[in-house]
Amino acid sequence: MGEDTDTTPALNHRGFLPDHNYVTEADIISTVEFNHTGELLATGDKGGRVVIFQREPESKTEPFAQGEYNVYSTFQSHEPEFDYLKSLEIEEKINKIRWLPQQNAAHFLLSTNDKTIKLWKVSERDKRPEGYNLKDEEGRIKDISTVTSLQVPVLKPMDLMVEVSPRRVFANAHTYHVNSISVNSDYETYMSADDLRINLWHLDITDRSFNIVDIKPTNMEDLTEVITAAEFHPHHCNLFVYSSSKGTLRLCDMREAALCDKHSKLFEEPEDPSARSFFSEIISSVSDVKFSHSGRYLLTRDYLTAKVWDLNMESKPLETYQVHDYLRSKLCSLYENDCIFDKFECAWNGTDSVIMTGAYNNFFRMFDRNTKRDVTLEASRESSKPRAVLKPRRVCAAGGKRRKDDISVDSLDFTKKILHTAWHPTENIIAIAATNNLYIFQDKLNNEMH
Amino acid sequence: MEVSAEAKRIMVVALGKLYSSRTQRGGLRLHRSLLLTLVMKSARDIYHEAQVQTESVVNECQQPPPTQQSVTQGTTEASRVDLLGPALLTHENPLMLSVGDKEEEKQERAGAQNKENQCPNGSAQQSRKRRGREAAEPDFLPCKKAKLEQGNCLHQLTVTPVLMDYMKCSSELAAHPSPTMTLHRAVAAC
Repeated sequence: MGEDTDTTPALNHRGFLPDHNYVTEADIISTVEFNHTGELLATGDKGGRVVIFQREPESKTEPFAQGEYNVYSTFQSHEPEFDYLKSLEIEEKINKIRWLPQQNAAHFLLSTNDKTIKLWKVSERDKRPEGYNLKDEEGRIKDISTVTSLQVPVLKPMDLMVEVSPRRVFANAHTYHVNSISVNSDYETYMSADDLRINLWHLDITDRSFNIVDIKPTNMEDLTEVITAAEFHPHHCNLFVYSSSKGTLRLCDMREAALCDKHSKLFEEPEDPSARSFFSEIISSVSDVKFSHSGRYLLTRDYLTAKVWDLNMESKPLETYQVHDYLRSKLCSLYENDCIFDKFECAWNGTDSVIMTGAYNNFFRMFDRNTKRDVTLEASRESSKPRAVLKPRRVCAAGGKRRKDDISVDSLDFTKKILHTAWHPTENIIAIAATNNLYIFQDKLNNEMH
Repeated sequence: MEVSAEAKRIMVVALGKLYSSRTQRGGLRLHRSLLLTLVMKSARDIYHEAQVQTESVVNECQQPPPTQQSVTQGTTEASRVDLLGPALLTHENPLMLSVGDKEEEKQERAGAQNKENQCPNGSAQQSRKRRGREAAEPDFLPCKKAKLEQGNCLHQLTVTPVLMDYMKCSSELAAHPSPTMTLHRAVAAC
């Protein structure tokens, strides 16, 4: 896990270098996702926009410019809507983006807000037809009497244009707020999960979906847990996992029954009675779950820790990593300022040897599962000059021994939170969303995964 | 006592958050509402336990009960308390919260049915009745009779209107059989 990283200049969400300090709420990045090759990186924001970045191909003349990500396309995915029956406004914020594996020249991605999932086609156009018989160059209809001969229109090269069009809209299937979408390895189906239900869709069919998990109790007063995240197994198209607010994971097999309310496996760590507090329930809620690339492990994130689970062991996690344990004594204040409800995501690297997750003060953490080393890095403009090497940071507990450059817990900025991070599928390139800024870090020296 | 004060504060904050989440853009967040309800339930349980402890201390002032120590030791850290067994609790009034989630055609309540404290016969009707003495009516419930409060009165007045407001709001939306019952059942922490 190399510490030498090359940083592209911090782009603001739409690829422009920001020249002002205030943050427009609509620009806050709400999701980040690499596609399957890592060539494209998509971000979604609170304003319902999606921005796609493309990696520049390697160039022999400028080897250092190789691999930088530039804006490829921007489009408005979702608009605010109003549910007039329930008198509710539906936010346009993009909750999740998931890419489909590429099957032809075009790229496809799914984006979702709280209620509606959309399939978008991203294609390039670099040729246009010229020489129509009935239209002139500007598209005006020609006067028939002026046409004396026929010609065959030819395709002429033009400046590259990236076109994005909505191909499917999957609507009206969720009563509660959609928190996850996951494309199946069969490349034909995908699932969408809200607080209480999970639906299975076929990518080509928008007017119906199958409900595969329903944990809504008959009496809502009996509600004790909600679904917080869900994902399909990367290889087995019949398996998926969903996490709950109680800190449990359920692995379900779609072959067993049409309705997968009954789990195949239940992953739960018994609660430590000595650690019980007012906020035990809140901090044990799982905010994200990710299968490893191998499909053998699960990575979960709750408020203070990240855990790696072995699919073959349900009784407890294989590894537990403390992300910011120094916050444990501050839970009351974090509850009052709402930070305790923050939902951090987590990510695997391509070889499943390193896990990454975000924290506060624009810090993000990486844990090497093999060497057991961990590092805290900061995504900020000051520490991220291009080609700069990121300096590891350290947070010292209040009253602890303080070294130079350490940050004390009390001076952490809780408004600067890194909730969304993504790791390139094969290389050591990471994308970090810090409020409205996107940071892309590359490990130039150790670019091969090991 | 610090624990009960902490518990009260947490309950007030939770209620405030639940109340303000109604006006939030995007509608009520079920997950958040559930977590807040669970926190409130936790805090309420701890508050009751602390109250019971205070009373038993008052009753046996000569002999410090062993459980008292375990409660005070928990206050050294801001939010850590030792939860005592639910057996100590006799108060089984369920906390009825109308979250007023309009996302269902029927009204739903993300309320916490305090199952572990329900009376043995367990029927919903009976459990809503007060048990009188045994319940040891907590001092923070809105009082029906004129009562001399030791300086808490003003404090209570400022908080309860917010709470009443909240409960009224939710009872308007809820197809509740007896809204007034709910009002009295609500935990008014000050």
